[in-house]
Amino acid sequence: MANIHELKYTYSLRMADNAWILSHRLSEWCSNGPFLEEDLALTNIALDLIGRAQAFYNYAAELEGKGRTADDLAYRRNERQYYNNLLVEMPNGNFADTIARQLYMSVYEYYFFMSLQNSKDETFAALAAKTLKEVKYHMAHAADWTVRLGDGTEESHEKMQQAINNLWMYTGELFEADETDTALIAQGLGVDNPSLHSLWETHIKNVLEEAKLSLPAANYMQTGGRKGVHTEHLGHMLGEMQYLQRAYPDAKW
Amino acid sequence: MSSNTAPAIEDARLSKFEERVQKGDAIEPRDWMPEAYRKHLIRQISQHAHSEVIGMQPEGNWITRAPSIRAKQILLAKIQDEGGHGLYLYSAAETLGISREEMIEQLQTGKAKYSNIFNYPTLTWADIGAIGWLVDGAAIVNQVSLQRTSYGPYSRAMVRICKEESFHQRQGYEIMAMMMKGTPEQREMAQDAMNRWWWPSLMMFGPHDSDSPHSSDAFRWKIKRHSNDELRTKFIDKTVQQAEVIGLTIPDPELKWNEATGHYDHGEINWDEFYRVIQGNGQCNKQRIAHHKKAHNDGAWVRAAAEAYKVKQAVKNN
Repeated sequence: MANIHELKYTYSLRMADNAWILSHRLSEWCSNGPFLEEDLALTNIALDLIGRAQAFYNYAAELEGKGRTADDLAYRRNERQYYNNLLVEMPNGNFADTIARQLYMSVYEYYFFMSLQNSKDETFAALAAKTLKEVKYHMAHAADWTVRLGDGTEESHEKMQQAINNLWMYTGELFEADETDTALIAQGLGVDNPSLHSLWETHIKNVLEEAKLSLPAANYMQTGGRKGVHTEHLGHMLGEMQYLQRAYPDAKW
Repeated sequence: MSSNTAPAIEDARLSKFEERVQKGDAIEPRDWMPEAYRKHLIRQISQHAHSEVIGMQPEGNWITRAPSIRAKQILLAKIQDEGGHGLYLYSAAETLGISREEMIEQLQTGKAKYSNIFNYPTLTWADIGAIGWLVDGAAIVNQVSLQRTSYGPYSRAMVRICKEESFHQRQGYEIMAMMMKGTPEQREMAQDAMNRWWWPSLMMFGPHDSDSPHSSDAFRWKIKRHSNDELRTKFIDKTVQQAEVIGLTIPDPELKWNEATGHYDHGEINWDEFYRVIQGNGQCNKQRIAHHKKAHNDGAWVRAAAEAYKVKQAVKNN
């Protein structure tokens, strides 16, 4: 059994990876948004996520206590050593695909960080409280767009429904609890993920109803992110992201 | 409008306008202004806005490869600022009676220009430093001067923009300074970026005063307050010292301090290159506009959906 530091390290790393990988995806929208204001809104969310990633990587590095920095954790691990949920590494696709990913993720994060605020770990609790303020905005942004696209034109309705359907199979993983989760839940340090599932689903259902969209039918849920088993997309992202750090290992930037 | 107005009234308005400008009054959107003044401003402000927006592309080229968490955060925040500047400037231009859609169309059809500098590629991470330090540094010199331009909305936009641009310039300089303190490969990368961006940065101030086509009205109406050459000299003077501090060499063997003028003299700028790139033959002219069009076209269905939704809501609430 891992000791408490190791468990918290893993937990912090997972939260950091989720934020870091999603921020990377959102940053890819820069100069590609459907109009300038929205370009800036997506960048803004990306910036919040980078800040969050930095904070959780810092804490992970501190818990690990091996002298690695936040940058080492963000830039010097291989594909199998990233523990983000698969959902956040999914490509941006069209604007509806990005919005569906944002909706699923931000609603999940809303309930997750609400709960983590009560963690007995002071750092987790403090970071959760700070994150929650940002997540509320991310969630409102995603829900507003889901409704506008769902109830906009025929074309936008179809695209939004398609995006909601396509990403559905990556949502189940968010509510899994493995050994790390279970051990931390038992000590009042981590979030009881499975208990968030029905809250999340009701919330999503309400947004989709307002958007005149339908909740996808239950189907097989993908899994693997927490074990470092990812989609093909992650490797390409890391190749690009890590290029300078890997090509010039002695350099500081 | 002017065709329906008797010439005598028109003349009286014009002299009153010019008198106000001479006194240093700000001209506001509802004030009468000569058509040529309005046109000049629309051309200049929209060009400025487009430059901010197109400038997001060469810098955006490095976001996904930014080499540290902090570098990525700063770069993204900087590009976001540039987009925000584009927004205020589009709004300032809109006060003169042109819509954003029209301006975007003019950009995409080549009728409106953007800063030539963004037709150069960003090849290495050091180019991000060079853009922040040199390109934004050159832009600041120009923009500081424009804070006192005669058109109120433009002048106020410049005041806001200048505050953020000085942060950008420090960010760029910091990247260069870090690299110059780094490994031999980093120093080489930094010097290479300096070599490629120095001359195009000097070209940003436009042709020599003797060859500048739009200057005379612009001076009389106080849209422009300093000449191209004055601003260029100001930029060179402050930048040479900054380069020396971090050990970068300015790629101009003729650059030397002139005791008599109290400024640096510089070698001849390659104006053939300047006009070649302006005329569309830079490496990235076509790429930048194609990118802008693609994003705009890809987003058409999103804008249409937002509009359709707004209409539905308005109907529902009536």
